[in-house]
Parts: sequence; structure tokens; C-alpha cells
Amino acid sequence: MEYFLQQLINGITLGSIYGLIAIGYTMVYGIIGMINFAHGDVFMVGSFISLIVFVALGLSAASGIGSVALGILAALLVSMLLTSVWGWTIERIAYRPLRGSFRLAPLITAIGMSIVLQNFVQISQGARVKPLEPLVSGGYAIMGTGASLVQVSNMQILIVVVTVVLMIGFTMLISKTSLGRAQRACEQDRRMAALLGIDVDRTISLTFVMGAALAAVAGTMFVLYYGVIDFFIGFVAGVKAFTAAVLGGIGSLPGAMLGGLLIGLIETFWSGYFTVEYKDVAAFSILAIVLIFMPSGLLGRPEIEKV
Amino acid sequence: MAAATGGGGAVGAALRDASIAGLIALGLSIFMIGLRTEATAGGLTIATRWPAVALVGVVVFGGRLLMNLFVWQSAQRATARAARPAKATRSVPWLGKAFGIAMLALAVALPVLLPQLMPDKNRYVLDLGILVLTYVMLGWGLNIVVGLAGLLDLGYVAFYAVGAYSYALLALNFDLSFWACLPLAGLLAATWGVVLGFPVLRLRGDYLAIVTLAFGEIIRVVLLNWFTVTGGPDGLSRIPRPSFFGLEFDRSDAGFAAFFGLEFSPMHRIVFLYYLILALAMLTFVVTNRLRRLPVGRAWEALREDEIACRSLGLNTTTTKLSAFSIGAMFGGFAGAFFATRQGFISPESFTFIESAVILAIVVLGGLGSQIGVVIAALVMIGGFEVFRNLEEYRMLVFGVSMVLIMIWKPRGLISRRVPTVFLKERKAIDASMVAQGEGH
Repeated sequence: MEYFLQQLINGITLGSIYGLIAIGYTMVYGIIGMINFAHGDVFMVGSFISLIVFVALGLSAASGIGSVALGILAALLVSMLLTSVWGWTIERIAYRPLRGSFRLAPLITAIGMSIVLQNFVQISQGARVKPLEPLVSGGYAIMGTGASLVQVSNMQILIVVVTVVLMIGFTMLISKTSLGRAQRACEQDRRMAALLGIDVDRTISLTFVMGAALAAVAGTMFVLYYGVIDFFIGFVAGVKAFTAAVLGGIGSLPGAMLGGLLIGLIETFWSGYFTVEYKDVAAFSILAIVLIFMPSGLLGRPEIEKV
Repeated sequence: MAAATGGGGAVGAALRDASIAGLIALGLSIFMIGLRTEATAGGLTIATRWPAVALVGVVVFGGRLLMNLFVWQSAQRATARAARPAKATRSVPWLGKAFGIAMLALAVALPVLLPQLMPDKNRYVLDLGILVLTYVMLGWGLNIVVGLAGLLDLGYVAFYAVGAYSYALLALNFDLSFWACLPLAGLLAATWGVVLGFPVLRLRGDYLAIVTLAFGEIIRVVLLNWFTVTGGPDGLSRIPRPSFFGLEFDRSDAGFAAFFGLEFSPMHRIVFLYYLILALAMLTFVVTNRLRRLPVGRAWEALREDEIACRSLGLNTTTTKLSAFSIGAMFGGFAGAFFATRQGFISPESFTFIESAVILAIVVLGGLGSQIGVVIAALVMIGGFEVFRNLEEYRMLVFGVSMVLIMIWKPRGLISRRVPTVFLKERKAIDASMVAQGEGH
């Protein structure tokens, strides 16, 4: 029981990170119907920018809680800002010229962009893994003692709280603001939205900006939680997050979050109870099974075939 | 140029646009290039490289300004030209064929010509030729799935891996020869194509893509972790080399060189491998071309264009898709067996997602469904990749950038005219934009 609870806590933490990345995939897919393969690498860029901020500020666990909190806030803001610029630029360079072209063209440029980003970071920041000493330490014991201790660390609390706050803010943004309305309108019918005076190009750009900003938050949390990153983390995280988006029903925001949580939980429980090596196999098999029996995912709209 | 289109306003706009681009470039590079984290004994430290950031800013500003003033002005006129409906030009059917025959003749003659033309680089060029031909074969195999049947497969490398491991395991454990293993490897890969394909082919478009990607990763993870059979990350080594109808390429008296009374040379094996992959690739080419004329090939292309119409006309879409998937997989398996025998060593490292991406890129960049296009794209991408060898770490970066640029330049691929397999009265080429490809209905 204690073990189960501990795995549940770990799984929710991991799932939150996947969920934040998955939103970027699901929004882009919803609005222009393409798999943004470079999104995982945008997440990686975000984590690098945060890492650089932490090192530049000279933060360490001994800096005191106030300065650590301020430092994390600064890293989040800087990383969200700069990663958004990355997301915007990628859309502008690689996807916008191909809008309206046939479907595989942007997929290939997305794979190309992913290769570019990985190798750019490998060259500019070096190929070796970057370790960061833990900035947020400590935690609470919930129950049990000794070997069967269930704890939740401050870092895990931070990740879940940040994710929940962002999700609430983001849902408000999509459902209440004019930007959110424009975004949903473009998702339903881009041409009609353009006829009604919505700047479709701007809306799509902003979608990429929002996705990149959320990926930057995920990247910041990732570097704080795991304390080690390299230029290749984007691929695995990206594939998992995309799996999460598809699992939840691509195009659906709550679906992306739910899918992220599920993938995080599946992975953690599989590693906890069976073998660590095959955790990816478990996550992907679940994906295949869900898609075969529920082709539109858990919360997705069923696809209507028009003849 | 600017004066012709309205004086200072155009220059001002170009300057403003270039400044914005320069500022964005500064914003992008200020952290990622300007500050480099270095691992030292006391943890990470930061090294600054501000000149590089300034350089990036200036280059982007200048480049954008020049493009604005001199290139994109005229490009707008080109866009207006392109907006006019494309004329249905009469195709030149012999041109593609002549080019193909010339390429084939060159490929066949290459091992003979090379020692005369560049004796010192003989081996290097032949090795490169083998590599390019392997990708041509893989591209043709994937072309059946993506180009003809219109199913987007992001996990093609899985079948390549199945073929390679099948050959290696059969040869190592059961002592079978390459020629006995080759059909078995193809058969096993095709079986895996059916096994993986059966559940997923009900999915459409991008769902199919992501599930095939997942299967590719699953196979790689299994290969990586099933130590007792696959050797895990260490892979399998000492895989037997192919023999020339039983004659080994070695110094022994029963070897190839002794049998034909030649002086022993390690080049014999390379030349043999070169012709082997050429033959395998041509087999793929010929079989695909013949299949296109059979009912099953026509069914693939019909399926690609409209699945609902196919079903209404009584085509069994499941078996049609499965046949495309498994035949594509079979050629991937052949290529894999060849890869294993050529390298003599295989490990899961060789079968990552990036391989699938490169093969798919070759197929799409060449122009989906175009077989000559695959050859050109493989030459450009793999050959070009080798040309930039001395760039070392910048090589993959150049590869990615060129992938993006070629796609933006020619979204429909390098060869973007199609000659339909079935036609009414007159055979004429159509633009590729009239053909549905990789949509995965």
C-alpha cells in the first residue's frame, strides 16, 4: 500500500510534466492538423535556458529559500519568453511557407527542425550531460516509517502546483479571452474564421507561442526534478508527450492533461512493479491498444467521415 | 529594385523587417550561444561568447536585408506566375526512362571505371555507393507503403532491424548461409509487417503514423533489452560474410580469388557487395513496377486516392493495406539482411527513429511515388552528407537545414510530375498536387 502510494505520487509528478508538453502537441494538431515533431526539442531548449539562468544566477541549495524561489521564478519567466521566441521562429521558418501544401511536407520540415535543434544545442552547449545540483530539497513524510515511508518532496509539490495553476490559467485563456475564442474558431474552420475577420496567421503563431511557453515550464520543472539534462532529452519526452496527447484524444486540452497523467502513471507503475527496461514498451502498447479500440482517444471527438 | 517599386518606402520596410529579424536572432542566440555551461570540478560554470551572438545578429540582419531588397521582390512576381493554373504539359516519357537507364548503366559500370578514374579513392567511393544503394532500396521499399498505398509509416526501420537480426541470428545459431537466410529474413520481416499491420491498419493518417513510430521504438527497446538472444546494447558480432556461390572471399585455396586464378584483394568482397545491393535494389524496383500493373497495385493507388470509393467498389481494404505493408516490410527485411552481412556487426544503435526519418525524408524529398526521385534524393542526402564529412559536428545540422530548405523549395518533392498507371486514351503527366499521398485514409 505504501509502495503503491509512493509510486502514485511519482507518477503524478512525471505525468504533469508530460501533460504540459502534450498541450503544445494537441493545440498545434487541433489548429493546423500537423504533428509538430520539433516540439519535444523546444522543450529541451526550454530546459537548457532555465539551466543557464540557474547557473548564471549562481543559485545553490544554500542560497536560502527566498532567493531560490525568486531564481526559479526568474528562470521560468526568462525561459518561457525565450522559448516562445523559438517556437514562433520555428513556425515562421519551417511551417508557415508550407501551409496549404500537402500534409507530409510540414511533417518532414518538422523532423528536419528537430534534427536542427538537437544538433544546434549539441554544438552550442556541448554534447555532455549537464548536471545541476538540487535547488529544492526536503519534503514531507505522509505515512509509514523506515522502508515503507511514503514521502512527497517539495519539488513534487512545486511541480504539481505549478501545473495545476497553469492549467487553470490556460483553460481560462482558451475559454474566456478573445484570443482563446479566435483559437477555437480557427480550430473549427480556418477559412470561415478568416472571413469573420480573425487574423489566422497571428492566431496560429500565438498557438505555437503558447505551446512553447508551456513546454518551457515543463523544461524548467524537468531540470529541477531530475537535475540532469542533455541535448537528446527532447526526443523521448516528445514521443511520450505526443503519445499522451493521442491517448487523451488529440485536439482536446483536458485530454492532453489526462493522457499525460496516464502515461506518467503507466510508466511509473510499470517500472515500480515490473521492469524498468520495458517501461516504454508498456506506454506504447497502451497507446496502440487504446487507439485500436477507441480510435479517437479517451476524450477526443469522434472523426466524422465526409463523403 | 527598390526605386522601381516605390522609392524609400520599400527600403524602409526592408530595413525595419531586417531589424526585427536581427533582434529575434539576438533573442534566440543570447542564451543558447552567448552563454555556454561548462561542467567543472565545482559544478557548472558559464563561459560567455558575446562576439558569436553579435555575429549571428549581424548575419541575420544583413542576410534578411539583402533578401528583402534583391530576392523576395522578384519572388513576389514569381508567386504571381505560379498562381496561374498549371498547364497540363505533355509529358516527355523517354526523359525519365533515359535518365534511369543512364543511372543504371553508371551504377553497373562504377566498379569497373573507378580503379581507372581514381585508384586512391576506389574503396571509399564504392563503400559510399553501397550506402547510397542501401538507402535507395529502403526508399523504394517504403515508397510502396507511403507513395503507392498512401499509408504513413514512421517505423519502417523496425523491418530493417527485423531483417538484420533475422539474418544474424539464423546465421550465427543455425549456421545457414546468406543465400538461405535472405528469403527467410524477408519472410520474417513481412510476417512482422502483417503482425504489426493487422491491428493498426484500421487507424487513419497520423494515428497510423504515431502507432508505427511506437512499434519501431518497441522493437528497438526489445532488441536493446533481450540480452540472451540479441546481445542487448553490445549487439551481435562476427556475423558471417556472404560467399560467392559457396566461394569465400579469403586467401585460402578454396577462396574466390584462387578459384578464378586472381590475385587476392580485399576489394573483391566490396565489389561483390556492391553488385549484391545493386541487384537487390533492382529487384525491388522491378517487382514494384510489375506489382503496379497487377490488380493489387492498382488497388493500392486507388486506396490512396479514396478509401470510401474503394470500399464501395468492393475492394477489401484490409488485405490491400496489409499486402502493401508486408511487401514494403519484406524489402526492408532484405535490406536489413544485406546490412548485417556487410557490417558483420549490428546493434540497436543502427535502428533508431532517425533512420526511419531519413528514409521517409528521402521518399518525400524525392517526390512520393516517384522511383527516380528516390534515387536522386538518396544521392543528394546521403552523398551530400558524406561530402560534408570534414564539417564533423556541423554535418547533422547541415543535413537538417537542407531537409527543411528543400521541402520549402519543393514541397511536392524533387520530381513532382506523375504519370498515372492507368489512363484514358492519352498518357500524360499530371502535377503531384493532384495525387493524394501519405494521407493514410
